[in-house]
Amino acid sequence: MTQTTKKETPLTLDVFTAGLWKENPVFVMMLGLCPVLAVTNSVLNSLAMGIASIFVLVCSNALVSALRNFIPKQVRITTYIIIIATFVTLVDYIIQAVSLDLYNKLGAFIQLIVVNCLILGRAEAYASKNSFTKSVVSAFGMGLGFTLALVMLGGVRELLGAGQLLGYQIFSTNFEPWVVMILPPGGFIVLGSWLLLINYLEQRKTGKLISQDEASHCAVQGTPS
Amino acid sequence: MNPESLSYIFLSAFLINNFVLAMFLGLCPFVGVSAKRDTAFNMSLATTFVMFVSSTCAYGINQVLTSFDLEFLRLISYIALIASSVQLVEMVLKKFSPALFRALGIFLPLITTNCAILGVALFQTSREYDFFQSVTFSLGAGAGFGLAIVLMAGLREKLELSNLPNITQAAALSMMLAGILSLTFMGFAGLGGATA
Repeated sequence: MTQTTKKETPLTLDVFTAGLWKENPVFVMMLGLCPVLAVTNSVLNSLAMGIASIFVLVCSNALVSALRNFIPKQVRITTYIIIIATFVTLVDYIIQAVSLDLYNKLGAFIQLIVVNCLILGRAEAYASKNSFTKSVVSAFGMGLGFTLALVMLGGVRELLGAGQLLGYQIFSTNFEPWVVMILPPGGFIVLGSWLLLINYLEQRKTGKLISQDEASHCAVQGTPS
Repeated sequence: MNPESLSYIFLSAFLINNFVLAMFLGLCPFVGVSAKRDTAFNMSLATTFVMFVSSTCAYGINQVLTSFDLEFLRLISYIALIASSVQLVEMVLKKFSPALFRALGIFLPLITTNCAILGVALFQTSREYDFFQSVTFSLGAGAGFGLAIVLMAGLREKLELSNLPNITQAAALSMMLAGILSLTFMGFAGLGGATA
């Protein structure tokens, strides 16, 4: 307790908004890329994935933060993973009960939320060091930022790949859909394009680049060894 | 070719539905550890090995869980299994091949959060593969992961020598490259006579 209270800064709006854009988990921190690319072939799938991730992120970070003084240091990563896996199992069964159709579309990627480095990364880097309220607020911000990024990708891919948005026809029937956009290569290319655009805007505004810190993501340091 | 046959399962995981480029599994190491070809190759070796061990054990665990009607524990047991097999690999390597351990050391903990490993275990369960099919599937997936990451590392080594605009630095260009690689791999669709 002594360590954690010393560093505690007051809860500000910044804690919430940081995850939304400035430290956006996808565009800036490059965390949790697998679901980002795999399920964003339509807006609906992106939204569902985003909401599922928010739920797991908020619940697991809340629990990790509440238990942070009781979890022994040596087994903390394992504990976090088990906490996360519990909530993911919950989400998995909830989605199955609410909409089987959606469940079949998202497939194994709901269960793969367990290994989404965003969630484990936040548990390790933030929730294990900060108070309950702050962790929950920050996790919610991060989750919203993640969803925002998913929808940005899903929107472009669905619009170009099928000429639709949320199932509504946007372009006239003369529009030839770019099928490649809803196929795997489209995911990489659209994410790459968003990153280029964001880099360009950032460079024009501040004269320097957002440092997308490669290799540091997902590297949860200090697993018990 | 029969989609249930061992050779098709291998080819499918290796090329047609390449784990990284078509199924988007294991992207973090794919972007993070693909700066040098040597390290990329070592990483893929370690990953394949962990995949093999965890998929073999996952098959057994699934049998036990199914026979006791405990399917809801599947995810938790798989993830615990992967974490412990990473530990096992770490200990075995430390004991028998310290040189390899030093080369792979930093990557081993990373493998725990590699979704490709959990992906192999989950897919082999949902597709109801038998034991030999599971083993083949895990080897194919490992080989596919290795192929993708080594190709990527080769491309990125070449890029270091070229003159690029500022904004394409870091991840943006990697994503573009991966997109082009992924397009290339789509050419393998239909290999073996069956559609994906």
